[in-house]
Amino acid sequence: MKNLWIIAKKELRTYFTSPIAYVVMTVFLVLVGFFFYSLMYWFNAQSMQMAQNQYYASQININQMLFSPLFHNISIILLLMLPLLTMRLFAEEKKIGTEELLYTSPISVGEIIIGKFIASLLVLAAMLALTGLLAVFTFLYGNPELAPVLMGYLGLFLLGAAFIAIGLFFSSLTDNQIVAAVLTFGSLLLFWIISWASNAATGFWKDALNYVSIFQHFDNLTQGILDTTDIVYYLSFALFGLFLTHTVIQSRRWR
Amino acid sequence: MIAVEHLTKKYGDLTAVRDLSFKVEKGKIWGLLGPNAAGKTTTMRILTGYLPATDGTATVGDFDVFAQGNEVKKILGYLPEVLPLYPDMTVTEYLKFIAALKKIPAAKSRESVTKAIKITGLDSVKGRLIKNISRGYKQRVGIAQALVHDPQVIILDEPTIGLDPAQIIEIRSLIKSLRDSHTVILSTHILAEVTQTCDGVVIINEGRLMASGSLEELTASVRHKDGAVVKVRRNTAEAAAAIARITGVDTVQRQDAEIKVEWTTGQDPRDEIARLCIDRNFGLLELRPTAMSLEDIYLKIVSGGADQ
Repeated sequence: MKNLWIIAKKELRTYFTSPIAYVVMTVFLVLVGFFFYSLMYWFNAQSMQMAQNQYYASQININQMLFSPLFHNISIILLLMLPLLTMRLFAEEKKIGTEELLYTSPISVGEIIIGKFIASLLVLAAMLALTGLLAVFTFLYGNPELAPVLMGYLGLFLLGAAFIAIGLFFSSLTDNQIVAAVLTFGSLLLFWIISWASNAATGFWKDALNYVSIFQHFDNLTQGILDTTDIVYYLSFALFGLFLTHTVIQSRRWR
Repeated sequence: MIAVEHLTKKYGDLTAVRDLSFKVEKGKIWGLLGPNAAGKTTTMRILTGYLPATDGTATVGDFDVFAQGNEVKKILGYLPEVLPLYPDMTVTEYLKFIAALKKIPAAKSRESVTKAIKITGLDSVKGRLIKNISRGYKQRVGIAQALVHDPQVIILDEPTIGLDPAQIIEIRSLIKSLRDSHTVILSTHILAEVTQTCDGVVIINEGRLMASGSLEELTASVRHKDGAVVKVRRNTAEAAAAIARITGVDTVQRQDAEIKVEWTTGQDPRDEIARLCIDRNFGLLELRPTAMSLEDIYLKIVSGGADQ
């Protein structure tokens, strides 16, 4: 446990003593802020119109109309930003030669991987927590339901954890950060668009593609539906990424 | 303290280390000498547990490197060939991180770091970012990193490479100060480094053991001849012929302006040579002992492997 924190602390220090964390967080928050603003604007206009009609007025739902699309937008921004956060984790150690130091220290490869994973998770948590400010404003001036919002955040965190695990895996494959980022980004994108293919498929393949797609599981959560299938999906996705990373690092040293 | 037996390491078809065996006693400084690509780094990486061996055994302290890797890593300090430094940390931050990594309790961390900084003379740069300090200081940070947890065994891969002559002398004396309290293995391709800092040497080439033993043993085993180089101002050829006639002189070779003289140990003819040069008015410029038999062996090894 202590070993995990030694590594995590070191990674966090690198994130926050270099511009990486600040740049990623700032750009992320600017984009989220913009989406929040435009969704809020749209929601206002829309609810104004809907209020004219008795039936439609009862359909106004700020969770569905504001938070659900906002969480979707945030998930896409995470897809773009998290590979930039994870690309250096192993690639840089390899490039500057510090991996030799880590692997000759009395600390296991698993501990190194999880330590780095935790550090990125904490940055992700900070990013999401800062967007919570927008939610706070919405609660101050409106009356959304709390549970679906929290569920949405849980979904974003799990989704981010899965992204980070994949990012770690690709970072462990190369000593080039750009290569790591591109591979991570590309494969995450593939997991996203795979659900589009499911529209054309039928039967077993439709279900299979839907199950594999990273965003399909996210929909339930943003709508406030807590399904263990989705939680299990994200956790197993993350664990699989960490497991692959471990395998890659071990096999490199045994070659 | 360190024992390597029949160690073999293959990278695919390439055999980097072949059936290597040697022993290092506690408290000694041992040199791993060989030309580039001799297998020095591979051997050290195996000893530190960074790479597994294909075959053979290695023990450090009482622990087997392969079966008890974690125990070995605790008593081992290692300076890899590429300095493992984080450029965005200050020297102190970096050493504190290493101390934590090597399982030094937090209470003792400050003390250990201060001590390592003092030993390696880093006091003046301890608050600066590693990326902003000079190459010589970086090398010292690398060594401080290997010392910070006061390990029983220290492995240094080319500790003086890339330093200026004054820094080389400093680092060498730093390494010498580790004798007795630590067991040290350092790798180098420079013979002088071994003769000046080490108690013993393992000479390897193309992954094979060429010679190993304490410096005295090795020199004694190969040295049955002494030699000198003579340089004269005039008539080098004539002088060479005259020197060859002196009793006790075994061989005389002339290379350009230098005359290489060899004799069996114990029959030192240098007095005669000097007298001869003065009597015959050759104009003696230089009379310098060679007799570095170790160097002869090493040069033979290096030139044999040079065409690869």
